[in-house]
Amino acid sequence: MRPADLEALQLRRLRETLERVGNVPFYRELLAREGIRPGDIRTLDDVRKLPFTEKQDLRDGYPFGFFAVPRAQVVRIHTTSGTTGKPTVVGYTAGDLDHWSDLIARNMTMVGLTADDVFQNSVNYGMFTGGLGFHYGAEKIGMTTVPAGTGNTRRQIEMIDDFGVTALHCTPSYAMHLAEVAEEMGSDLPSLRVGMFGAEPWSDATRAELQDRLGVAAFDSYGLSELYGPGVAFECQEQDGLHIWHDSYLVEIVDPATGEPLGPGERGELVVTPLVKEAMPLIRYRTGDITMLLEDDCPCGRTRRVARFSGRVDDMLIIRGINVFPSQIEHVLMALPEVGDQFMVYVDRDEHHLDEMTIEVEIKRQFFSGELADLARLQAKIVRALRDALELRTHVRLVEPGSLPRFEGKARRVVDRRGCL
Amino acid sequence: MAANEYIIRQISVFSENRPGRLAAIAHALEEERVNIFAFSIAEASGFGVVRALVDHPARAHERLTKDGFNVAFTDVIAVRMRDEPGGLYEVARLLGEAGINIEYSYAYSGPDGAVLILRVDRPEAAIAAITAAGKELIPSSAFA
Repeated sequence: MRPADLEALQLRRLRETLERVGNVPFYRELLAREGIRPGDIRTLDDVRKLPFTEKQDLRDGYPFGFFAVPRAQVVRIHTTSGTTGKPTVVGYTAGDLDHWSDLIARNMTMVGLTADDVFQNSVNYGMFTGGLGFHYGAEKIGMTTVPAGTGNTRRQIEMIDDFGVTALHCTPSYAMHLAEVAEEMGSDLPSLRVGMFGAEPWSDATRAELQDRLGVAAFDSYGLSELYGPGVAFECQEQDGLHIWHDSYLVEIVDPATGEPLGPGERGELVVTPLVKEAMPLIRYRTGDITMLLEDDCPCGRTRRVARFSGRVDDMLIIRGINVFPSQIEHVLMALPEVGDQFMVYVDRDEHHLDEMTIEVEIKRQFFSGELADLARLQAKIVRALRDALELRTHVRLVEPGSLPRFEGKARRVVDRRGCL
Repeated sequence: MAANEYIIRQISVFSENRPGRLAAIAHALEEERVNIFAFSIAEASGFGVVRALVDHPARAHERLTKDGFNVAFTDVIAVRMRDEPGGLYEVARLLGEAGINIEYSYAYSGPDGAVLILRVDRPEAAIAAITAAGKELIPSSAFA
């Protein structure tokens, strides 16, 4: 599709979306208050005249306040995990489910999967969109789909081996756990060749390790329930940034503090207006996720990409006035060969009201010499590497292998204890 | 040179500095019927290394690793010393005069006399100096 044709399609769908949100009292009142009529949107840039939609708005509409169609047309409901507050309900028409599975199917086709593949979906199949979302996308391609869900890791590995599973979808932290258990069981998972990992940010160092340990090409998957679920953005075989399907999503990057638009190469919050959603259309939804538009075109020839996500606006920690994303800490730790896969971050306020950050790491067995002095040197090396990257002094605690929590859903590695005095 | 027969495998276990860790290690060794001749704990900020001389180092290593511990073997030597005032001085002086540095050391005293366990920077030179001075080294064969 030529760029001009794509823009015309986006503009038409944006106007249709504006018509649809007219069925939602929240939007009807909001647009009336702002004095905006659908006819005011003449170009794509006019989207900036529209107000943002925040996560809190959706919470206030609990449970069905944002549905733009009669409830009888809603064929499925998912909820967000509710880790940051009351759950948010999202609804789908039959048309939405078709669209959504189509987007997932496109993504999986993009990374080279076909009906010849056997696909194991090792994420939660409940209210979490990652389970059913990937499931129907995979079936649309015609892949042999194994709805494994989470847990019972040894059985999961047996299934991969017994069924000749070629493609896996799970969180990157569960993938790491699968790799550990597979190694314990003495299986090198010979059939696996594609790993699709999402629902939490992960670094290039983690990618290198997962590719090495699982023997896969590892692709980053991005999405959120409010925008259907997974499938919003996905890496192609270049593994360098995520493609967004611009026929279905209108993308902006804004400064999280001011809401002002940012250009390519400038890191900020992803704001998305979905263009084809029927049951729950949204206008300029603030995802809370941090990324940037990449300036150059992808060698694969597909449309414009965003950079890999580097954390959440609300995960950003402010430690003694310095902005820290947990993903930066992960990046530093994964670059150190001596350090294990898991880590935990604790933030406290000391008796002088200063913020203190403590990071717990496991030391890999093969790097334990038996000498205390070597451990102390390693501890100092980790502190130095973190200080160089974060411009912040941290405490590093070395803990026994296997003692840190392993996460099967969204990893919660940061414990901020500054509030609980 | 036969020096190697005097190089003993000490078992070194990484442990967090929190209640119950030594008990976990000791209990595992009990279950494996491994006897501890001597041990010491070295500690840094928040963690430590438990060092032990045991009668079955390989069995101890295997069990502790299976239990999830970070375990390594470290080469040490063990010198029998006179169990009376001046016994330690005798051994320490002869190493000092030979220019050998002691990284760490611990000792035990039992019915067969006193034994000094040494981690030194140059074990072969230490073995030569100790043997030349007529002191008795405990061979690694004493620890199966």
